[in-house]
Amino acid sequence: MTDLETAAHPEQLRRVAIDPVTRVEGHGKVTLLLDEDNKVHQVRLHIVEFRGFEKFIQGRPYWEVPVMVQRLCGICPVSHHLAAAKALDMIVGATRLTPTADKIRRLMHYGQILQSHALHFFHLASPDLLFGFDSELAKRNVVGVIAAYPETAKKGVLLRKYGQEVIRVTAGKRVHGTGAIPGGVNKSLSADERDALLKDAYQMVTWSREAVALARQLFERDAAFSNAFGRFDAHSMSLVGTDGAMDLYHGGLRARAMGGEILFDHFDYTRYWDVIVEDVKPWSYMKFPFLRELGPEHGWYRVGPLTRVANCDFIPTPLADKERTDFLASPGAAGATLGYHWARMIEMLHAAEAIRDLLHDDDIAGADLVVGGERAGRGVGVIEAPRGTLIHHYRVDEHDQVIRANLIVSTTHNNQAMNEAIRQVARQYLDGREVTEGLLNHIEVAIRAFDPCLSCATHALGRMPLEVAIVSHDGTPVDRMTRGTDGRCTRE
Amino acid sequence: MNEQTFNLDGQEIPFAAGQSVMQAALAAGVFVPHLCYHPEFRPHGSCKLCTMKINGRPATSCTTPAAAGMEVESDTPEILDTRRILLQMLLVEGNHFCPSCEKSGHCKLQALGYELGVMSPHFNHFYPDRPVDASHPDVLLDFNRCILCELCIRASAEVDGKNVFALSGRGIKKHLIVNAESGKLGDTDFALTDKAAQVCPVGVILPKHKGFAVPIGQRRFDAEPISAHVEEFKPIAAAAPRAGDKP
Ligand code: SF4
Ligand code: FES
Repeated sequence: MTDLETAAHPEQLRRVAIDPVTRVEGHGKVTLLLDEDNKVHQVRLHIVEFRGFEKFIQGRPYWEVPVMVQRLCGICPVSHHLAAAKALDMIVGATRLTPTADKIRRLMHYGQILQSHALHFFHLASPDLLFGFDSELAKRNVVGVIAAYPETAKKGVLLRKYGQEVIRVTAGKRVHGTGAIPGGVNKSLSADERDALLKDAYQMVTWSREAVALARQLFERDAAFSNAFGRFDAHSMSLVGTDGAMDLYHGGLRARAMGGEILFDHFDYTRYWDVIVEDVKPWSYMKFPFLRELGPEHGWYRVGPLTRVANCDFIPTPLADKERTDFLASPGAAGATLGYHWARMIEMLHAAEAIRDLLHDDDIAGADLVVGGERAGRGVGVIEAPRGTLIHHYRVDEHDQVIRANLIVSTTHNNQAMNEAIRQVARQYLDGREVTEGLLNHIEVAIRAFDPCLSCATHALGRMPLEVAIVSHDGTPVDRMTRGTDGRCTRE
Repeated sequence: MNEQTFNLDGQEIPFAAGQSVMQAALAAGVFVPHLCYHPEFRPHGSCKLCTMKINGRPATSCTTPAAAGMEVESDTPEILDTRRILLQMLLVEGNHFCPSCEKSGHCKLQALGYELGVMSPHFNHFYPDRPVDASHPDVLLDFNRCILCELCIRASAEVDGKNVFALSGRGIKKHLIVNAESGKLGDTDFALTDKAAQVCPVGVILPKHKGFAVPIGQRRFDAEPISAHVEEFKPIAAAAPRAGDKP
């Protein structure tokens, strides 16, 4: 681990907490341990994780899981819905879905990628990127974007809405849909539904292209800065298709070492535990997964758009693939924390192209929806959710009840990587300087680049406490923070 | 023939001899909220949702025989409030989480909630601990949602001749049990084809492996509110005996 993780004498240090990290959906807490000279000694991104869901689902009938699991996360419920359905395909022995089921699920998934990426870029990230991280707080939000860049903001809203509409049509509802069921789907598209979506499909591709151009421009405006901000080297992992194509719905696992060499490729995700181990640390409830081959110390890795765009061999839709080529040609971008935004928009373009193409595919109107086969006791489903690799793993007994569940969500994979990005930012911008809100916001910007679904990784049964106890590295509670509901910084 | 009638919210409702106020209303096409009533079974009078003001006094309309000249109030703010409170109490007594319940869209409790505009549970949840019984190969029992209407008990005893279900405990501790030494459905002769497997108004008695197979939009109460289904609840012809009728 790096030297900034644990300070030698934390009791003598002064804490500055940013809490909550505004505009990240969910709740995170960053603790900076500063000494008397305002030098950063220790940095941690705390995520309170109640692994409530895994307990909660025990005893429930397996067919309920894809719907139930959406309670886990208000941010990417569709990804959980699909990852769970994929795991349960194995339980019901559906080794190969019908073309209709496969394509309807893909459509649903691309709808989710489109809406999630649009939301993140336009609502959450663009205020920082357009106005600057140190700009006036009152303006640095989506309202400010709407005022200063009304056209851009409008397109963001409509892209998101379109993605939500794709979800509604395929899943039955925008949230808490039921479309994917073990072995397939419960509906295909009617001609009316398809035509309604087709009407705007081309517009979405055009706007997504513009969004890529904007993200690129914002990155290259000050390429040196964009490259250096919160930069760190990391291994990476994502699903890729059998032909090496970007495939966000299905594929094998590919991991690359930080130098770019492949560690494993097309690895059968149904045995993910052979390559990934989940580590625990005393100061965090959230797990720290690492690549088994490299060990807990060095095996942490990065997932998500940045990884996926670089990790695949090509993107199977032409416009996004062209953008990928440009992205990889931009020196350093593929390893930059701020490169996430650019990569995310390339994926959004891919999703828009994929949606358009699927809408022209007759299979999406097919009637053959569900298959089954020999029952199995264990099921694993992996999907590339908007934020990265998402793993669902269930064991179901002979009475059809879930007896064990294990989930590794994207934000958990990125746990160590986010800590690393914050450390870099702390080194770059906070060490030995007076702490200002603008500087603190640099840390938020670094976290935000990962688009962590904190409420997802931290889902609580019941209500999250608004008071947070601060515990020192040796487990002693030394402080208690009250979280302001207005998102303002609390200093002690 | 001189038809006998009573007055329901200003409308003259004809009735046949032996009909309850509720049966007559349903036969006339007036929807009456209900959970423990089923056209094929004798009235039970336990859920109280069909409560009306009959000649000035609150009474369950499913158990009150219709009589000529009665003055009956049903669709009044006071009675609708009572029904809403009854629904809210049912919703907190069990564990009802509609978004992940496979009976969603087919459930009478949920449909009545929408019908009567129940916007929140209002009361504190009991969060009872009621494990599911998955022991039967074809049918799952999720006791979390039982509202103790006893329809399954009646169906199993009176139609199936099996006595699979019973109530145990009193008052707030009252709960549904399975008549087997192990208490498990898998140890009874219960079958998916039993009448008792078809009557549960909520999501307790569920055929296995079928959950969520019907897409949102095509479920029983998706297109129209439960009140538009009044046809399905009409009393069966007088000649057809109901389950459990004394010969
Ligand atoms: S299981 Fe269903 S039918 Fe039986 S008593 Fe409970 S709610 Fe009524
Ligand atoms: S329907 Fe009358 S009391 Fe239940």
